[in-house]
Amino acid sequence: MGGLQKKKFERGSATNYITRNKARKKLQLSLPDFRRLCILKGIYPHEPKHKKKVNKGSTAPRTFYLLKDIRFLLHEPIVGKFRDYKVFVRKLKKAYGKTEWSAVERLKENKPTYKLDHIIKERYPTFIDALRDIDDSLCMCFLFSTFARTGKCHVQTIQLCRRLTVEWMNYVITARALRKVFISIKGIYYQAEVMGQLITWLVPYQFSHDHPTDVDYRVMATFTELYTTLLGFINFRLYHSLNLLYPPKLDSKSESELKEENEEDYALNSECYLEKLSALSASLARVVSTAEEEEEAEPDQFPIEGEDLEKMEEKEKKQKEQEAQKKLFEGLKFYLNREVPRESLAFVIRCFGGEVSWDKSVCIGSTYEVTDETITHQIVDRPNINKQYINRYYIQPQWVYDCINAKILLPVEDYFLGVTLPPHLSPFVEEKDGDYMPPEKVKIMALQRGEKPVHEQEDDDEEEGEDDDEGEDEEEEDDNEDEEDDDAESEEKNLKKMEEQRSQGKSLQVKVTPGKMKVQNPARLEQEEKAEEKRLAIMMMKKKEKYLYDKIMFGKKRKIREANKLAAKRKAYDDAEKAKKKKARK
Amino acid sequence: MEGSSGDMRTSEQREKMNKVRATTTRKRSKEELEVKQDQIFNFNNKPAEEEEDEDLSDSEDSVYSGLEDSGSDSEDDEDEEEQSDDDDDDDDDDDVKAGSEQTQQTEEREKKGGVKEEENNEEEYKHDSSDEEDIRNTVGNIPMEWYRDFPHIGYNLDGKKIYKPIRNKDELDDFLDKMENPDYWRTVHDKQTGSDIVLSDEQVELVNRLQRGQFGDVNFNEYEPSVEFFSKDVMLHPVTNRPADKRSFIPSLIEKEKVSKLVHAIKMGWIKPRRVEDNSRGHYYNLWASEDSSILAKHRMHLPAPKIPLPGHQESYNPPPEYLFTDEERALWEQQDPSDRKLPFVPMKFSSLRQVPAFPRFIHERFERCLDLYLCPRQRKMRVNVNPEDLIPKLPKPKDLQPFPTTQSLVYRGHSGLVRSISVSPSGQWLASGSDDGSVRFWEVSSSRCMKTVQVGGAVKNVAWNPNPSVCLLAVALDSVVLILSPSLADRQVVLSSEQLLSGQQEAEPTDEAGPVIWSVAEGEELNQGIRLRIQHPKAVHQVSWHAKGDYLASMMPDHSSHLQVFIHQVSRRRSQNPFRRNKGLVQCVSFHPIRPYFFVATQRSVRIYNLVKQEMTKKLQANSKWISSMAIHPGGDHVICGSYDCRLSWFDLDLSTKPYKMLRHHKKAVRGVAYHRVYPLFASASDDGSVIVCHGTVYNDLLQNPLIVPVKVLRGHVTTHDLGVLDVTFHPTQPWIFSSGADATIRLFT
Repeated sequence: MGGLQKKKFERGSATNYITRNKARKKLQLSLPDFRRLCILKGIYPHEPKHKKKVNKGSTAPRTFYLLKDIRFLLHEPIVGKFRDYKVFVRKLKKAYGKTEWSAVERLKENKPTYKLDHIIKERYPTFIDALRDIDDSLCMCFLFSTFARTGKCHVQTIQLCRRLTVEWMNYVITARALRKVFISIKGIYYQAEVMGQLITWLVPYQFSHDHPTDVDYRVMATFTELYTTLLGFINFRLYHSLNLLYPPKLDSKSESELKEENEEDYALNSECYLEKLSALSASLARVVSTAEEEEEAEPDQFPIEGEDLEKMEEKEKKQKEQEAQKKLFEGLKFYLNREVPRESLAFVIRCFGGEVSWDKSVCIGSTYEVTDETITHQIVDRPNINKQYINRYYIQPQWVYDCINAKILLPVEDYFLGVTLPPHLSPFVEEKDGDYMPPEKVKIMALQRGEKPVHEQEDDDEEEGEDDDEGEDEEEEDDNEDEEDDDAESEEKNLKKMEEQRSQGKSLQVKVTPGKMKVQNPARLEQEEKAEEKRLAIMMMKKKEKYLYDKIMFGKKRKIREANKLAAKRKAYDDAEKAKKKKARK
Repeated sequence: MEGSSGDMRTSEQREKMNKVRATTTRKRSKEELEVKQDQIFNFNNKPAEEEEDEDLSDSEDSVYSGLEDSGSDSEDDEDEEEQSDDDDDDDDDDDVKAGSEQTQQTEEREKKGGVKEEENNEEEYKHDSSDEEDIRNTVGNIPMEWYRDFPHIGYNLDGKKIYKPIRNKDELDDFLDKMENPDYWRTVHDKQTGSDIVLSDEQVELVNRLQRGQFGDVNFNEYEPSVEFFSKDVMLHPVTNRPADKRSFIPSLIEKEKVSKLVHAIKMGWIKPRRVEDNSRGHYYNLWASEDSSILAKHRMHLPAPKIPLPGHQESYNPPPEYLFTDEERALWEQQDPSDRKLPFVPMKFSSLRQVPAFPRFIHERFERCLDLYLCPRQRKMRVNVNPEDLIPKLPKPKDLQPFPTTQSLVYRGHSGLVRSISVSPSGQWLASGSDDGSVRFWEVSSSRCMKTVQVGGAVKNVAWNPNPSVCLLAVALDSVVLILSPSLADRQVVLSSEQLLSGQQEAEPTDEAGPVIWSVAEGEELNQGIRLRIQHPKAVHQVSWHAKGDYLASMMPDHSSHLQVFIHQVSRRRSQNPFRRNKGLVQCVSFHPIRPYFFVATQRSVRIYNLVKQEMTKKLQANSKWISSMAIHPGGDHVICGSYDCRLSWFDLDLSTKPYKMLRHHKKAVRGVAYHRVYPLFASASDDGSVIVCHGTVYNDLLQNPLIVPVKVLRGHVTTHDLGVLDVTFHPTQPWIFSSGADATIRLFT
């Protein structure tokens, strides 16, 4: 009894949150400024746990920010800069209105600017933090660097983005950090491992953009402003971690190689250097030039026991694999025809130690001609080519990407000119047991293990043969049919195996109806008994747990259903293909 | 001086005209006309040559030109004359008209050449500025309509009235004139004098030139060569000879003021000096040179944004064929709302890399990511990573809880309608069943033989065997009657004792006739069938229930509006009483406590427990279900189970709480019947989904230990007909067997 009367919403979660409008009023900012500030400072709304409590009893939809976040924004120096800018705009307008051109000139010279360095430092206190959050900035910079220099954003921004992305790619080449590449319908995904962090970015295809009207480019520009700053600092740090000069300089040797007499025709002097860098064909200059063959410090071996030992071994194995992958294309010489995406392929090949060149007229920085006899692979993306050299493979670009993802050099036969390409699989998918795995992936995994490459090879050959048969004479028909039967059998086995795997995963869901007992099978009886026991136990579950359990089981069932559907689709497709082939042969 | 003389003549003539308007002879007018025409042109030429006229000595030129003009024009005039001649022949009026024409012409001439006339007439007006004034008519620049109603049109210089021409032309004349007169197009009407003037060639030419925007004067040269005073050549002499100003030698005061103002502003910091070109954009350094840990302590709970999910096989430009959409999937994808779609894009296959187009929604997706980053509210969600096996409670194995019924061993067939109710005799040898086909059947449990069939003549709602083993009686509820049957399916001793029990009451019978319940003894055919007593109720009876001693019988008639819902009958004394004075809701079922004098009444939502000795309510159990269907009481008397139509079974521990100790949602459909086993720790529930679930329910004597409830068996066998499955369930009194009756007109025994 007695005491002060407690008032509602004066303590607890109601005081921890603030609505957007209140926050804006507290900061005395206009909505666009507030948004910009939120973007730059990385402040985002929070979803409170008890919305009604926070909303003071109302259930109206509102966005809430943490009060602490907003208090934190209060002392941001950039807010002052925003106000300065507002004043500047007002003054400029006034000067224009009065047609005081000298004043306009003077004001324009003193246009307030701001720097984002401290914000970057504050948002990402350590370098690793920054690296972790770099995905979006890379995507955005790569997108902006492909924009045409027309009105959608400042030309300087586009140039800066281009510069930063080129620097980034050069770093990835030098560090050989690229791990996975994936050609999707949206663009090309790259995944690199930098300082232990996996970084994924998406590069759009090199086409002009059809700028949509329902996109607010100001928001994008604000993000880009932040991202360019972040990426610049990261590049600086990364370059220094490899003892490279920043801003990047070409190696003196390669620079002299690249020196061409018609350089002036190609580009202005100021742009030429960036162009040469973006050609990605030359190595970069280091601070200490002798550091070429630097011995990596070997980690000391500590005596380990039991599980750790296994883990350690696994780790070592992985590392070895990675080392091998880094040198995947070493010793190979590629030549890019003019119709293939030059930048992507040059970047990827150089990342894995290959040498690459292209026609002189395509881009600056080509190092050797088509006529070079030492070229091992020529990448072509047209149905046929007139003049072919004997001592090199003519392959389609997908081969390069598939090799990288498989971490081995795949047989080139599937990728010759005019051949129907095998499907390009996503390297980011990691199938767990029970998931559907496309047969191509199974094949590649077998190749990776080096298990039965011969058989697989034969298989491939057969398929090749079948493919070619349509055009060739029908001499080998009999042999082929036998082989094909074998083929079919093996495939069926494969399917069965897969089915079994799936059914094992499904064993939880076996429905047993009582009264259908078969006495002769005690194992089955026991199983049924167990199932019934389980069903009875499930009946006794609490409501909450039952709900959760049902949800989990529903998800599992759905997954299995989807996998089955995919398998069925594949089977139908394969059958159709086989029927077609047979028809063609007859 | 011809012009001047002509003018003189004109004035004379005007006067004359004024005097003698209509009577002017034609000839005279003709003469005048000639002369005057000449003069007009003379004057008309004048304005162009005005300057020259002034400068040059005499107007010989003009005279000469005028003469020439007159020569050319005279022909026209003659034509006119001819016309007028023609007119003349017609009428006298025409004469007048011609005269008026004359006057008009004269006056016009005067107007045109008015100024010159003046100049020529009187030298003193040479520099008169009033050259715009029309001095023939002195009314000034007024709308001439004002004179419309007057005979005159104004006043001349002498103040005399100028009369209008006698009669104006009418439309017809005008039209004729237009058609016939070749000079009509160059005829102009003068409002001031009211006369028509025919323009000469020169005048027409002048008008044309002015219309074309040219100078009126033919001889004027618009493009005369200009004299260049300032040229690129440096001249020997200055253009002006003006000496330099003094102010060009001394410093300007105004400028000094301005400069001092600027200096002051700079000093005060109002004007900032021009900033050096800031090239800091794109200048980077080692930002993380000192990674001090103090900053690492984050001041806020930061939720990093989730990364964009990595692409799967279906996003590939050349995916495996199974990932491509079939036609149906594609149609479905197109129909779905963009937010509902599983994939935000349609998988596509391209045979080679060069055929891959740009992705149209690329910028959109980036933008949406941006929006997500700064607009989307974030919340930390704990992801449940549970093994579903762990969620299943660990229960004792059903094997360890045996015995309980597991298999269906016997089916009792014989009824033709759904079997509403069954009851087992206390000995466990007989089973009675009541069905909608209007019969009560007695079965031998062990052989499933139908021993006896009693046609009672109505759908049997409930049967209940007297629990007292020393009597053998069965209560049957149908319509509004409760029948007491003596099936005589026991030892002779027992049959006799039950007969005795029924017959012993006869003395007490006549005492209460007035009550709502009428007791009557069965006779004739009924007696042969075994029916002993009929207890006639005012309403349809739904359930009967015996007291454990076997003397009292409770019957229940559900009715919303009445307090007459429950009766308790004493069979030995044939007495009935209504224990409740007030209606507490629709009664669903009633039951006696097996040991103590309590009475359970289940209404729609709750179970009330009455103490029969004290005659008061002791407890009210809240069932937490919508509609209770059935109730059973544990033989120990401390536990109650209630089945309800919303699929639930609630177990009440009377010592624990009035809320259910456990709610079991085992059934998929409405629970129709529940039962406890008298000996074994078992209870069962029957439901419309055709299943009977047998549960193990151990009740401990220790008050601190809660009952253990484990479902042990789901028994299926009944076929659901008309959405009804199992209607009643009951346990065998001694064995772990269970009977169930269903809507498929069968009774099944599970052992």
